[in-house]
Amino acid sequence: MRVTVIDYKAGNLTSVLKTLRHLGAETVVTDGDLSLVESAERIVLPGVGHFAATERLDATGLTGSIREAIARGVPFLGICVGMQWLYAGSTEAPQQTGLGHFPELCTRFAESTEKVPHVGWNSLEVRNNSRLLAGVEPGEFVYFTHSYKGPVTNDTAAVTEYIEPFAAAVERGNVMGVQFHPEKSGETGLKILRNFLAWQPRGAAC
Amino acid sequence: MLTKRIIACLDVHAGRVVKGVQFVDLIDAGDPATQAARHAREGADEIVLLDITATHEGRQTLLDTVRRTARELFVPFCVGGGIKSARDAEQVFEAGADKVSINSAALADPTLISAIGASFGAQAVVVAIDARRDPAAADPVRGAQVHVHGGRRPVGRTVVEWAREAEQRGAGEILLTSMDADGTRAGFDCELTAAVSESVSIPVIASGGAGTVAHFADVFARGKADAALAASIFHFGVSTSRSLKEELAQAGVPVRLPC
Repeated sequence: MRVTVIDYKAGNLTSVLKTLRHLGAETVVTDGDLSLVESAERIVLPGVGHFAATERLDATGLTGSIREAIARGVPFLGICVGMQWLYAGSTEAPQQTGLGHFPELCTRFAESTEKVPHVGWNSLEVRNNSRLLAGVEPGEFVYFTHSYKGPVTNDTAAVTEYIEPFAAAVERGNVMGVQFHPEKSGETGLKILRNFLAWQPRGAAC
Repeated sequence: MLTKRIIACLDVHAGRVVKGVQFVDLIDAGDPATQAARHAREGADEIVLLDITATHEGRQTLLDTVRRTARELFVPFCVGGGIKSARDAEQVFEAGADKVSINSAALADPTLISAIGASFGAQAVVVAIDARRDPAAADPVRGAQVHVHGGRRPVGRTVVEWAREAEQRGAGEILLTSMDADGTRAGFDCELTAAVSESVSIPVIASGGAGTVAHFADVFARGKADAALAASIFHFGVSTSRSLKEELAQAGVPVRLPC
């Protein structure tokens, strides 16, 4: 299967591309060629760094193309800042809007005695019969590195506790996001990416 | 619950993993890609590859090594040694590293920290600090001095102050090596590690002095370390990261298990 990976110049794509290829996917990268989004079979939006970098998605017209692809039912996975972009926005860059697929805002971890950023391996509590996280057992660990996070809502597919419970994964229909880095999360991460690559609309022929 | 990380460190020279004491009498210890994959399989939470000779001529060899090592590695992967510029860092990232560790180059030009962070994110920049207590200072721990050249030369600033500056300039983590403890197998410098960890909000990785499992438990509890580097411990009785973590779990340290 082919995966279109969006490059918006926020960090390094090497790890994500390498892992998708390891799992048998053919990858194409676009930093502005909208035809590659229009013809996409699956889309991955990676990203590390600052939420403000997603401005480039608007400037290149990728936001509109991604919105249309999602409406067509193309499976979409956002990773880290790529997940946060699925929300209305983030207090990290209040002037920059997200896709708004999920109506909430991402916010910084509250001040506490714990360190921010949240860096390292933390466990997942999977909810809502998540299809992305199928086969992930309670307490399996994944690798995080972030200071902002999405709130726990009905769309939350997995909850992780750090300072407060937050959305480690979000999922509604063909739109999925993970705050952690599945490409850096060992066997658990590979299992999650395999689920994404195998994702089909319900009722679709295999 | 966020767990404490055990990071396996591989010293490499000319494309091979080497073991030695104080970089002398190096013994060939295998292929970096094979060794890194083995450590990941055996429960390491992260892999650090340190180019201990870091010559200009060896750059291409290192990049080939990073590329081969990254290919089948699905845990965080940090590369250090000889990274002098944003361009050096970029090449290492393109070869498949997730993080770079910079030390003397960041001291010589602290703007290197933000330059790398601007392109690759703060999480990708680890600032390594070689530290020695200052016995002449009123507080030898808070007065501990930053050293370069394998701990032989002080640069004239305190470890705590440099760690804070590195954080302000956008470092994602601090890799703190106690040159006093390094090689002693008598335990980490927990007081120094705690002093640095309490001075910054970014994670601190403790390095130097590990000889027993109890030393790791100690640096996580008393030293307030977020992660610890494991190197020679694997040569002295503790066979794998997994067995180290199983013993730490029994001692009440939160670790990633099963792994």
